[in-house]
Amino acid sequence: MLILTCPYCGIEADETELSPGGEAHLKRFGPGSTDEAFETYLFHRENPKGVHFERWRHAMGCGKWFHAARCTVTLEVFGTYSAQVTEPPAEIREKITTKRPGWSWRGIE
Amino acid sequence: MSTRLGKGGRLLDRSRPLEFTFNGKRMKGYRGDTLASALLANGQTLVGRSFKYHRPRGIVASGAEEPNALVNLGRDGRFEPNQRATTQELFDGLTAESQNHWPSLEFDVGVVNNYASKFLPAGFYYKTFMAPRPAWKHVFEPFIRKSAGLGRAPVDRDADIYEHFHLHVDILVIGGGIAGLTAAKQAAATGASVLVVEQTAHWGGRAPVDAGEIDGVPAADWVKNAVEQLESADNVRMFSRCMGSGVYDHGSVLAYERLTDHAPQDDTPRHRLWRIRTKHVITATGAIERPLSFAGNDLPGVMLAGAVRDYAVNWGVSAGDRTVVVTNNDDAYRTAFALLEMGLEVPAIVDARTTPQSPLIEKARAMGIRVETGRGVAKVKGRARVEGVAITTQAGEGAVLETIPCDVVAMSGGWSPVVHLWSHCGGKLTWDETQAFFRPDRTKAPTGDKGQPFVTVVGSANGMLGTAEVLADAHAGGGAAVASVTGQEPATVPVPQAEAETPAPIEPVWMMPQGASHELRSKMWLDYQNDVKVSDVQLAAREGYESVEHTKRYTTLGMATDQGKLSNINGLAVLAQSLNADIPAVGTTTFRPPYTPISMGSIAGEARGEIFQPLRRTPMDDWHDANGAYWEPVGHWRRPYCYRGVAETAAEAVIREVKNVREGVGLLDASTLGKILVKGPDAGRFLDMMYTNMMSTLKVGRCRYGLMCSENGFLMDDGVVARVGEDEWLCHTTSGGADHIHAHMEEWLQTEWWDWKVYTANLTEQYAQIGVVGPKAREVLELVGGMDVSKETLPFMAWADGQLDGIPVRIYRISFSGELSFEIATKAGYGRALWDKLLEAGRVFGVMPYGTEALHVLRAEKGFIMIGDESDGTVIPQDLGLDWAISKKKEDFIGKRAQERSHFADPERWKLVGLETTDGSVIEDGAYAVAPGENVNGQRNVQGRVTSTYWSPTLNRGIAMGLVAHGPDRMGEVVEFSKVDGGTVAAKIVSPVFYDPEGEKQNV
Repeated sequence: MLILTCPYCGIEADETELSPGGEAHLKRFGPGSTDEAFETYLFHRENPKGVHFERWRHAMGCGKWFHAARCTVTLEVFGTYSAQVTEPPAEIREKITTKRPGWSWRGIE
Repeated sequence: MSTRLGKGGRLLDRSRPLEFTFNGKRMKGYRGDTLASALLANGQTLVGRSFKYHRPRGIVASGAEEPNALVNLGRDGRFEPNQRATTQELFDGLTAESQNHWPSLEFDVGVVNNYASKFLPAGFYYKTFMAPRPAWKHVFEPFIRKSAGLGRAPVDRDADIYEHFHLHVDILVIGGGIAGLTAAKQAAATGASVLVVEQTAHWGGRAPVDAGEIDGVPAADWVKNAVEQLESADNVRMFSRCMGSGVYDHGSVLAYERLTDHAPQDDTPRHRLWRIRTKHVITATGAIERPLSFAGNDLPGVMLAGAVRDYAVNWGVSAGDRTVVVTNNDDAYRTAFALLEMGLEVPAIVDARTTPQSPLIEKARAMGIRVETGRGVAKVKGRARVEGVAITTQAGEGAVLETIPCDVVAMSGGWSPVVHLWSHCGGKLTWDETQAFFRPDRTKAPTGDKGQPFVTVVGSANGMLGTAEVLADAHAGGGAAVASVTGQEPATVPVPQAEAETPAPIEPVWMMPQGASHELRSKMWLDYQNDVKVSDVQLAAREGYESVEHTKRYTTLGMATDQGKLSNINGLAVLAQSLNADIPAVGTTTFRPPYTPISMGSIAGEARGEIFQPLRRTPMDDWHDANGAYWEPVGHWRRPYCYRGVAETAAEAVIREVKNVREGVGLLDASTLGKILVKGPDAGRFLDMMYTNMMSTLKVGRCRYGLMCSENGFLMDDGVVARVGEDEWLCHTTSGGADHIHAHMEEWLQTEWWDWKVYTANLTEQYAQIGVVGPKAREVLELVGGMDVSKETLPFMAWADGQLDGIPVRIYRISFSGELSFEIATKAGYGRALWDKLLEAGRVFGVMPYGTEALHVLRAEKGFIMIGDESDGTVIPQDLGLDWAISKKKEDFIGKRAQERSHFADPERWKLVGLETTDGSVIEDGAYAVAPGENVNGQRNVQGRVTSTYWSPTLNRGIAMGLVAHGPDRMGEVVEFSKVDGGTVAAKIVSPVFYDPEGEKQNV
């Protein structure tokens, strides 16, 4: 039963208010893309022990999607941020670096 | 024989006698008794039978760790199996029955398993029931089913009520012993909100029995003062009979309060489940005594030393006249002292340690108790209960030195901290070599959302066994927890003081004697309830089980309802020894919530019966209910399946309704249809991505049928889209799909195309929608009056706004039946009025309402697909012959790339066809089209399946739709469909459009 702060309405939302949306920052591959690229986009997912980036929706609240950076081992939440970015903001990444030096995720660090 | 003593029993109210029955026998107890203490007081030492061997079982413990004394409690709607006699408080009229025996507790046929125990070793399920294959169905399975489980499952509906409560507190203290109370006082002094929960009815834990004085007063008095002080504080709540059940992520805790288990006459909920969010948890959950593994340690009369002492001191009950104490630590000596004080006999203390020295041991010797050191129990004598113990050298192999007659063996293998709640959410443990137990590693606490530790463990749960140590640890731990939550230093509450103790060190004893023969080892019980013995764990190790988790599942060690509270540490120590490994290297099994079983009722809470989940009703629901509606659930809605007339079956009603639509006019409450408004400058572009076909080119005033696929290419939803303005579209979805399709749209808008200017709104419940369907539909509307509904003004697939007899409406000329059809939307508040007007106007045309089943038959006669029937998440539009609804012009839409994969163009994909049985019968739902030959599993090969199947009143025969291999190329071919009875029925492959293939009837 996680608690995540919705970056839109500011509410510290209980997990029962949220619905999970899987891995964050997927790049969509549409018509014209290779089978490999499409397969990776649709099916391949990270399963990290440690720092992870996820999508969540404040489904029983303001209805907005957002991103969360979280440690899958300790459940520490490094921060939540807008769904309308293609990679974690610098501020979140720096925060993670102070807590988990040397972290990396899908080539991001 | 156990009995009630003439004195003692600090929890008893001897002025309040109670009556209860056990196996129908009337017995007496007192207020303050537990069922277990009352049973012992009545001389009932045999309380049940073990699971596998049906061995006689007596009470072992005095608390939640009890493995044996499980009973069926209550009757009828209040019947409940597997209730623990040690935690059940006695009340007047309580009825209990023992479990797992036939025909009676004293004489049990199942005990033959005991004599066959050689043939029922660890993992015997896996070894025995493999072959021959038919024996599984006819011999093994019925046998296992009959013998599975201990208690009986209840038959009647639960007569009690249950509830959930939510609570937010700063600090939650779990455990109301002296450690919990000390920590709570620290927490309370800062003004933080504090909740203290205690699983029993009494505060103070073991201290009133075991501890001497605290702060110069008897421990019981200190506890009383502390509780009074806490209860009077405004920021503190105290719940007794409330167990901390589980600790979860980010300070989420479940607590289980038993409100009326001790007083069933009270008119309140029976159990309450507290869903707590707290900033910090302090677990002060104490410790549990471990049994010793010696031969015959499961006989009734062999009990934990602490429990023997509890029954004497708390309830004035002697477990027997002569008690031999067997121990490897000092604590059990207290049992000897307590029994002597009650005037009972202690023939000997058998201490496995060779030369222990401490004040307690000196005291025992000074009192004249025979203390035998370096000795162990070779074997417990007796059949149905203890008659004596054979003493041996602990270092030896079990040669009997002497037999001491006795009727109770009080054993202590040391104490294990209750680390469950600490461990639930990731707290790590460390092996304490000196004290021979796992204790919490305070440096590796469960962490919260900011990475901060959110559980602090104090007292015996933290491995502190002496009173003075417990108090100091709880004081320090409580202070640190408070500081981490409030950011302020704890107020200066003085540390409670108790006399320091200097016990002789414990000596770990995992087997008694250490060199015991196989014969002795196969009579040493580790898990009493599941009948797992030392020899079973050793066998598992020999067979290659190295992981403690695997050994647990293979032997069933710790898998009974007591969750291994007594057996776990002993079991893994035996495993470690067998593997020549260190105990910490073997590790523990995972501690999972709940700490002790909680009732199913408490988990359900109020969510049962009518309020299990909310019911969605359309604006015309009352009318349907009053006019014979035969309901069916559709998503969270209820919709009339049909409207039954007097003495009419549902099947007859459906036939009547279908015919009436085809020949006259019917009314359909279509309000449940999903209605999502999509608006904005980029709405057209957005819908082109959502739907497989083009929506941006739709003209204002017109409607278009559209399909939605998932990004994986599979058909997800369908419906009619109407362009209601220049930048505004109304998307109809399936009744069950409105919410998830709306969410699907929002997901893409918010997370992929967030720069597109589009708004969506789910208007499903804002509008009532009524289908007026049938050849006379137009006449009905003309009679109501107010709008031109002629073909010229309102052609097929158009819509128009207007008023029908003063009610503002929007009429869509769309048809899901193949008939002339008007779907009329109006604001929900007008729904019932419009329905009444249409019924009134339609009377002269023989109008009748029709339900969902007639709707299905009508659409199937026309070959229209239904999401969920023709589609199931593996079906693509191309399978259904809907290629025409997939745009070739669009560069992209959701699912387009996926549909370019080779498998989607595979000619072997089953495709939609119509099916007509050659005998006119209805094919069974879900039937498969069989093909020659068998697959590798010996099952018939298949070449298709039925997706929709109905009796068609219009065609007067059974019709079906199905997906068949190469179906559209096999028109006229006859295929066989399976039947439940094993036979087949022949059906001809035909076009799925059975009725009016030219579509003349809907376009008039």
